[in-house]
Amino acid sequence: MDRRDFVKLTGIGVGGLMLPITGRIVSAAELTQAGMDFAAKKSLATVALNAATSAGASYADARIGRYLNQFITAQEKRVDNIVNTESFGVGVRVIADGTWGFAATSDTSPDGVAKAARQAVAVAKANSKFQTEPVQLAPVTGAGDVQWQTPIQKNALEVPIKEKVDLLMEVNNAALDNGASYITSVLFQVNEQKFFASTDGSYIDQDVHRLWAPFFATAVGEGGFKQRNGLGNPVGMGFEYLEPDPAEQIQVSGANVGYRWAYDMVRDAREAGQQLQAKMKARSVEPGKYDLVLDPHHLMLTIHESVGHPLELDRVLGYEANYAGTSFATLDKWRSGDFQYGSDIVNLVADKTQKHSLGYVEYDDEGVKTKKWDLVRDGVLVNYQAIRDQVHMIDQDESHGCCYSQSWADVQFQRMPNVSLEPNAEADVSADDIISDVENGIYIVGRGSYSIDQQRYNFQFGGQLFYEIKDGKITEQIEDVAYQSNTQEFWNSCVAMAGKSDYRVGGSFFDGKGQPSQVSAVSHGCPTTRFNNVNVINTARKVG
Amino acid sequence: MAILTEQQAKDLLTRALEFSQADECECNLSGSNQGNIRYARNTVTTAGEVSDVTLAVQSSFGKQVGTATINEFDDASLEKVVRRSEELAKLAPENPEFMPILGPQEYGSSPSWVEATANVTPEQRATAAEASIKPSKADDLVAAGYLQDTASFIAIMNSKGLFAYNTWTNVDFTATIRTSDGKGSGWVARDYNDVSKLDTGTASAVAIRKAKGSRDAREMEPGKYTVILEPAASSTLIGNMVNNMGQRQADEGRSFLSRQAKEGETLPEDAPRNRAGEKMFDERVTIFTDPSNPDVPAAPFAGDGAPVGRTVWIDKGVVKTLPNSRYWAQKTGVPYVPTPFAGSGLFSGGLSFVMEGGDKSLEELIAGTRRGVLVTRTWYIRSVDPQSLLYTGLTRDGTFYIEDGEIKFPIKNFRFNESPIVMLNNIEELGAPVRINGSMVPPMKIRDFTFSSLSDAV
Repeated sequence: MDRRDFVKLTGIGVGGLMLPITGRIVSAAELTQAGMDFAAKKSLATVALNAATSAGASYADARIGRYLNQFITAQEKRVDNIVNTESFGVGVRVIADGTWGFAATSDTSPDGVAKAARQAVAVAKANSKFQTEPVQLAPVTGAGDVQWQTPIQKNALEVPIKEKVDLLMEVNNAALDNGASYITSVLFQVNEQKFFASTDGSYIDQDVHRLWAPFFATAVGEGGFKQRNGLGNPVGMGFEYLEPDPAEQIQVSGANVGYRWAYDMVRDAREAGQQLQAKMKARSVEPGKYDLVLDPHHLMLTIHESVGHPLELDRVLGYEANYAGTSFATLDKWRSGDFQYGSDIVNLVADKTQKHSLGYVEYDDEGVKTKKWDLVRDGVLVNYQAIRDQVHMIDQDESHGCCYSQSWADVQFQRMPNVSLEPNAEADVSADDIISDVENGIYIVGRGSYSIDQQRYNFQFGGQLFYEIKDGKITEQIEDVAYQSNTQEFWNSCVAMAGKSDYRVGGSFFDGKGQPSQVSAVSHGCPTTRFNNVNVINTARKVG
Repeated sequence: MAILTEQQAKDLLTRALEFSQADECECNLSGSNQGNIRYARNTVTTAGEVSDVTLAVQSSFGKQVGTATINEFDDASLEKVVRRSEELAKLAPENPEFMPILGPQEYGSSPSWVEATANVTPEQRATAAEASIKPSKADDLVAAGYLQDTASFIAIMNSKGLFAYNTWTNVDFTATIRTSDGKGSGWVARDYNDVSKLDTGTASAVAIRKAKGSRDAREMEPGKYTVILEPAASSTLIGNMVNNMGQRQADEGRSFLSRQAKEGETLPEDAPRNRAGEKMFDERVTIFTDPSNPDVPAAPFAGDGAPVGRTVWIDKGVVKTLPNSRYWAQKTGVPYVPTPFAGSGLFSGGLSFVMEGGDKSLEELIAGTRRGVLVTRTWYIRSVDPQSLLYTGLTRDGTFYIEDGEIKFPIKNFRFNESPIVMLNNIEELGAPVRINGSMVPPMKIRDFTFSSLSDAV
């Protein structure tokens, strides 16, 4: 998905039945009913594991998944859609004759699950004829019986629909009353209840919650139209994220408000309306070299594209060559031990344990306990993202714990953990402090258009809001800004960053990878950061 | 189970509708069997088969609408899903844009189902992958690819007596073949309704030739170039344009087809305010959809059961028709213009369109070019400005410099910033359309195509 295709969902009427994921739609009450208990899942999973090993598997894992979602879409003053979905089934993955096999079924009877396990072994054996690289798994100690839940205060699925509809209506009205002509607001609520069992002796039950409340506002006027999207972040939190808290807001002088762990969606919509009007009158940027100050809600996507993806080991090795591509960050660069990915103040970490983040879980989807590790330290490339069957290729013997599958019906594979830029450790400087040192620059807020080549060298990014910086101060909103750079050049032009008080975590709710494509949700934290002498182009174009 | 016959679908939907107590009820039953195989580094990495059927029930009381779906089909489950949709309808706020369901309709036929494609076996997939891997390996190249075959059906029935049914098949193949030193890369894509048209070995030979030919690419300055865009290089840009032609977006002022008021003019509130009727493109540009087209057949009805025939969207450069909803058609006093059902789901494909072209092959277009750039495909295409329909993206897997009718040498990939509106005004020549990604697109020679920077990616 494409992650960007979710917008399609927002355009549907009652006649255009488009379900965001495979699954049956259920009532709100059913969404919060208790599922199977631990013992029942353990027993069912054991059937799968035994069937697989009896059929000749040297390793097997089973994932029993119940995936619940609710989506509410509101356009202007009407609710377009309220959709509840549920999907339940079992996926079994095995190694037989040194080859992976996978099968999934929605028939969750012991016979159905055993059949799927045998089918997975049959697939593995059939494909082993073409196998030239037998699977090598990094060792994992069985976790025994484990239960874990995303730390949430208020389960979004338990909040009455009326309360959520009222919030979206208030958001839409705030935008429309302040300068927007149109607005679509959406509330995505995801709950993954997944039980993992493996022949290593792990029985791990996890209850994962995620939430995202984006909006898309448009102003129409003389000479055309402008768009401004919401600045909220997708999070691994409950409905408490949508309860405004001034302590979680960061005001940048002369510009926007940034949101940390609480989002005031109504305030953001109001400001979107006002900023849209300013965009309609804003002057077009003069192309050239500028010092850029990038707001976390913008920079997080630059990190995602220029650091997260190129350091996925499967891409580096060529497993994604036919789809997303390969990577410039080749093994020889990493092995050299001195590949300068960024300037020496750049520290990029992978982390599956960051609280409130989208990627936060206790164990990954192959039973590996999650952790935090360095990707780039003091500017130098030090590691990749790898899972159990990959780490031996980089001479390591411990999986990084970043294996994920979007549902019980899809096979798990390496997915991006949260990848974040560490804040300034020496001084807790603010975004205003960073801006105050810039003579001639542009402050960019929000994720806009983004495009990067298949080896992650050349990129072009836009944004939602652009502010001119002159002599240390924000002067006015400008328009038609996009910057082009090369990943290594860009990160080596990083000269300053704000401290931990400014650090915010954004993310992507629908990151796409693999064939058939699977989505995954991933967060990226960073402070407001400065990059010098970056090439800015003007994107305005006159057409017929 | 996944592919129900017309009679089986009719029986199941009739049983479901019998449970309805709503003012109106519409049921939508769809399913598919999908098989796939994926390979990389000259070895098969994953393979699988997925089968699924879903029933969606939409009930309405007045202007309140609720929808529920299920994938179990015993009587108790059917009653449950109908009741659920009715409960949701009663909870939903009134939708002022609600339109009553349609009555019975007549449909044309579509040659969209090919039995051979529905019967592809895991062994066939493995053989197809081998036909791509083997020659690559023999040439010291590295192959990665993906083959997916799908058989699908859809049936719609409602309480006013409408019944629609269609089945279709597809096979999609892509391969990226790279030199073992990583300095060259070639790519090929093929898609058909009929799997017997697919020869992965012949297709892979194209990618192999491009991989070997693209080694040691030279740098050229970014700027405006005459380009020959293979169909895969332009299909996404044109598809994006076609998918942005909605009448409502245009009338509301937020589309490239919005009509701006002239000085002193006031545009009416309840009538179309768009550029239909204006010549916006080169007169060689004609784009239509046609469910009965033998090359790109589709369901002869829309998602709401409205019949769909041949519709010309752009005729000899003139914007002819804009798709709309029944609500918007009624509000603005124009005919309802539905588009063919393109599959349900968030990741469903866009519209299958046909762009007319000429008779020449790609090779003939190259032979008639004094200086230009041949682009195999474009990638990571993103909207930069929806008003001018400006997109950015990159060339990939085979970009070559043409001089005096011949490919002279491979060149480094470019980033482009270009609008399909500009592109379709700068046509030098169109070749014979070929199928790509579900649509028919000609290779095209375009002048002044804007490349804005260089990429080191291979």
